[in-house]
Amino acid sequence: MNVIELVNLEKVYHEDMPEIAVHAVNKLNLAISHGEAVGIVGPSGCGKSTLMQLIGCLDRPTRGSYLLENHDVARFGDNELARVRNKSIGFVFQTFNLLARYTALENVMLPLKYSNDPDPKGKSLAALEKVGLANRAHHLPNELSGGQKQRVAIARALVNTPAILLADEPTGALDSRTGAEILDLLLELNSHGSTLIIVTHDLGVARRMKRVVKLRDGRVEADGTPEAVLGAVEAH
Amino acid sequence: MSILETIRTALRALMSNKMRSVLTMLGVVIGVSAVVAMLALGEGTKADIETNIRSLGADVLTVRNGPAQRGAVRAQSVDSLKLEDAEALTAVDNVIAVAPASNGSAQIKRLAGNIGAQVIGVTPAYFQVQKLNIEQGNAITDAQVRGRLHSCVLGANIYNTLFPLGDAIGDHVKIKGLSFQVVGVLESKGSGFSSADDNVLVPITTHMSTLFGRQFVSSITVQVASEDLIDAAKTDVEAFLRMRHRLKPGDDSDFNISSTKDVLEAVGQITGVMTAFLAALAAISLVVGGIGIMNIMLVSVRERTREIGVRMAVGARRRDILLQFLIEAVTVSVLGGLIGLAIGAGGAYGMSKAVGTGFSLPVYAIVLSMVVSLATGVCFGVWPARSASKLDPVEALRYE
Repeated sequence: MNVIELVNLEKVYHEDMPEIAVHAVNKLNLAISHGEAVGIVGPSGCGKSTLMQLIGCLDRPTRGSYLLENHDVARFGDNELARVRNKSIGFVFQTFNLLARYTALENVMLPLKYSNDPDPKGKSLAALEKVGLANRAHHLPNELSGGQKQRVAIARALVNTPAILLADEPTGALDSRTGAEILDLLLELNSHGSTLIIVTHDLGVARRMKRVVKLRDGRVEADGTPEAVLGAVEAH
Repeated sequence: MSILETIRTALRALMSNKMRSVLTMLGVVIGVSAVVAMLALGEGTKADIETNIRSLGADVLTVRNGPAQRGAVRAQSVDSLKLEDAEALTAVDNVIAVAPASNGSAQIKRLAGNIGAQVIGVTPAYFQVQKLNIEQGNAITDAQVRGRLHSCVLGANIYNTLFPLGDAIGDHVKIKGLSFQVVGVLESKGSGFSSADDNVLVPITTHMSTLFGRQFVSSITVQVASEDLIDAAKTDVEAFLRMRHRLKPGDDSDFNISSTKDVLEAVGQITGVMTAFLAALAAISLVVGGIGIMNIMLVSVRERTREIGVRMAVGARRRDILLQFLIEAVTVSVLGGLIGLAIGAGGAYGMSKAVGTGFSLPVYAIVLSMVVSLATGVCFGVWPARSASKLDPVEALRYE
């Protein structure tokens, strides 16, 4: 079953001014099914970020359809999109984006607060447990290491049991060893059923996915196994 | 997100920037305290004046010469009240005392002493009706009135000036060159609305004939059996005097009657306008306080753009963001209002104690200050909050 189905998806910036209009995403077609681990790669300006924003329901496409769990979210209003982001999408950002004044636990609880969950604390502690940070629940972000911060962010992303985990360069701000640990964690969550989409320019990260989608000029240039899309592993 | 949770979020944001929150609050604190102080002092002064007037007695009517006042325009005064009118008025229902008075001013002399005074011609009833107490000697008697005797009762100030060594009873003073025997001295009333301390009281007959040569009295004060009967008595007295003066229906009365209640209403109106005016001036500082809140909220929205982006990414609706910032603004203003209320009330109380004026904190001032500070928060918080809720989540997340 497809979790995500993008059909002729387009995002045009400044469409009303043809001389500066940018087709960031151009008639893109892509289907991702439940439980996949997909890496989205491509050179700068290929439309990675825009695609991530569209998939994350942070932005609406100019044209085309986006079926998320069989709902055409391209036609959704602001409040419905907010609900979709809350229920169906878990974001992991390169720079963590934790609220500095909130403890790890409170940061994880945030999505549950917006969905008026009856047991935000219990679920958040369970999520922190899953990322191995139960003992850091009451620490503020600036009392945590980079890897720990990203673990908190991951716990926040999965606390609402979303349909997809959407990570934007999740290892970009971490050293390679910590980055590898975070990637291991994401893949482990994926092996337990979460659909994982990672947008990255780090081919090492992309190679660990089961499927890689390479973009160029807002379209899918190649789509397949890492070996098929990126070629054989080069010596590091 | 529930309202309670939103309030908690807002409080938390305020607590994390205590100094800034306090400074933002200051504008509202100053505004509300100024308004509350003005209202409290105004109401206190009003109550003071009312007490003063009430001390003259709420159970008396004063009849004066001249046509009844019509609006603000007052027709030329006509003298119409005679001493006989006063005597006849005792027959009216519920009237228990009638005190005619004739006013004039003159220099009072004794030896080298010389003082200007209100010389009032009175009957014995005057002392009762005006609630005057005798300190030494006696009041003016009926016999003195009937005999047009040259007797006088001195007000406390006159006595102190002319008789620095005391012992006035039986001695004489000169009024308009005529010798009057001092029969009594009034107890001091202290400073007040219209003090009897500067008056000299003489028999009304002597006053009207020998001293000033008058046909008409200046006023007739009528004491009524009880305060509740004052309106009925006023109607009766008016009808009675119109009959005595042979006025036809439709003619204007050639006298006017006022009760203490009328005076109280007039004074209440004047002090009310004054208080409102001062409070309105103070309210301007509230507007300034509100602008301060808006300013800081706009800065705060900009500073926390990324936070807003994160909140939107994890599911905050625009409404949630709007409420969060609006509640922050309202919390600042209402908290400022409460502090301002305490400072304003305390300040006004201190001032009233220091200066000796009245203090009264009316409930409406408390309610008003709370409502106004709430409204200030909403009015000046809504724009920053709206601009926060209108942010594009993509832009907000990208904001450095």
